[in-house]
Amino acid sequence: MVDNKRLSTNLCGIELDNPVIPASGTFGFGYEFAQWYDINCLGTFSFKGTTKDPRFGNPTPRIAECAAGMINAVGLQNPGVEKVIAEELPKLKEVFHKPVMANVSGFSVEDYAFTCEKLDKEEQVGWLEVNISCPNVHGGGMSFGTDPKAAAEVTAAVKKVTAKPVIMKLSPNVTDIAAIAKACEDAGADGVSLINTLQGMRIDLRTRKPVIRNVMGGVSGPAVFPVALRMVWQVCRAVKIPVVGMGGVTTAEDVLEMMMAGAAAVEVGAANLTDPCACKKIINDLPAVMDKYGIKTLNELKGAC
Amino acid sequence: MKQQLLTVTENTPVTAAVYRMRLEAPGLEQQKPGGFVNIRLDGLFLRRPISVYDSEPGSLTILYKVVGKGTEQMAGMKAGNTLDVLTGLGNGYDLSKAGDSPLLLGGGAGVPPLYLLAKRLTAAGKNVHVVLGFNTAEEVFGEEDFKALGCEVAVTTADGSYGTKGFVTDALPADYSYFFTCGPEPMLRAVWRAAKTSGQFSFEERMGCGFGACMGCSCKTVTGYKRICREGPVLEKEEILWAKNR
Repeated sequence: MVDNKRLSTNLCGIELDNPVIPASGTFGFGYEFAQWYDINCLGTFSFKGTTKDPRFGNPTPRIAECAAGMINAVGLQNPGVEKVIAEELPKLKEVFHKPVMANVSGFSVEDYAFTCEKLDKEEQVGWLEVNISCPNVHGGGMSFGTDPKAAAEVTAAVKKVTAKPVIMKLSPNVTDIAAIAKACEDAGADGVSLINTLQGMRIDLRTRKPVIRNVMGGVSGPAVFPVALRMVWQVCRAVKIPVVGMGGVTTAEDVLEMMMAGAAAVEVGAANLTDPCACKKIINDLPAVMDKYGIKTLNELKGAC
Repeated sequence: MKQQLLTVTENTPVTAAVYRMRLEAPGLEQQKPGGFVNIRLDGLFLRRPISVYDSEPGSLTILYKVVGKGTEQMAGMKAGNTLDVLTGLGNGYDLSKAGDSPLLLGGGAGVPPLYLLAKRLTAAGKNVHVVLGFNTAEEVFGEEDFKALGCEVAVTTADGSYGTKGFVTDALPADYSYFFTCGPEPMLRAVWRAAKTSGQFSFEERMGCGFGACMGCSCKTVTGYKRICREGPVLEKEEILWAKNR
């Protein structure tokens, strides 16, 4: 573990040892990764997107590859909030001793409020990250994140049922992401996180059919980093609440760029899937990379650009 | 599950499209029959999951078919090259149910995971009967390796250019205590229909991580949702739900 105040950051009133946060959907409920390394070295992590009811998700194939990235259409497979609380969180508690970020998805405003209210009662949960940006489900998810009014409605409904910080996870599949972020802020959000995946697809040349059974999926990985960084920069200039930057972050250098754009903390997604120890390596690399660029503490970077 | 840097010590073609690669590292543990490794390659984002053909302490062997960019890159590797590999992945074959005379059925690129299984079963004193199915004579591999273990081996080719004409289900022995199989899905479905005993099937699916994190390779079974990479790739006959158009 890097015991180093240089890396500490504050996210919506909770101190993090470092800003590195494995992103939802790439880290399960954490305990799977405890077999690869001691996950207490992380700032925190955002657990698998949880819904009111259990979900299998989409038919396979759910995964495709692209240049410097991947496409997924998992479709929010999860055991439902009751089982997450009864079975997953106790397993996590044995291996992770910091507040965890609970990632929540829904198909109606009531769904979101129901699931958040349940998770609000869990001591392990530090933040609620509310996903209004999943591109892989119909009749919910992203539809709340593409309309400022709907985004504000979900934010307000969730804020009513929890005292924990609420971070709204935003979709990049919009014309003006800053407007959505502002709507969330105005409705009481404590923070925003971005970007979720960008919609994309691949076609199999042999079969002449989409690689992914659901046709479209969400693109992630280094391919999307410049787009994500641009959006984080724009949103940081539009809102006063903390912004969690993500999208293709793979190295300590990427983390620094995100923080220079104004991010308070940084989520790492697809990199965890190709290297199970990716986040541990990023955290270990940070001090030396900061030295290289004359950075004393991460706090001095916020808004540096 | 471990992340290790392995050194290529052999990489030779066994047919026009199938290569045998031996990988070594001090401390590399024995792999399970039916398990797989996940290989990182330059310039490709996702690792390539490949089943284990043979395993000894300190080394493992894979037989892989060149089908795309990843396996093309692997085919060009030389002894001395190193690879970043996740080892010890997957829940392999359960040997405890094999009985005295297990039957192993492999089709094409599905043959490799059966070799380590056959090695363990013959070492345990079982009478192992193997049926290997291919499209045509030029694609046949593995026959001598299985024979060297003491297995009784039958080969089928779809075009009849070698061995029995037809599919693995056209060369089933009269009696067997249990079966283990791996191959393309149409073959697995045919085996499922033709088999007279219980058995185990090894499945393929597109994977994101290969170690249970991303839910990219989930399937529905009689006993709930399973990840091909983690609870699989081996499933028991009685728990399989054949998906429509899968």
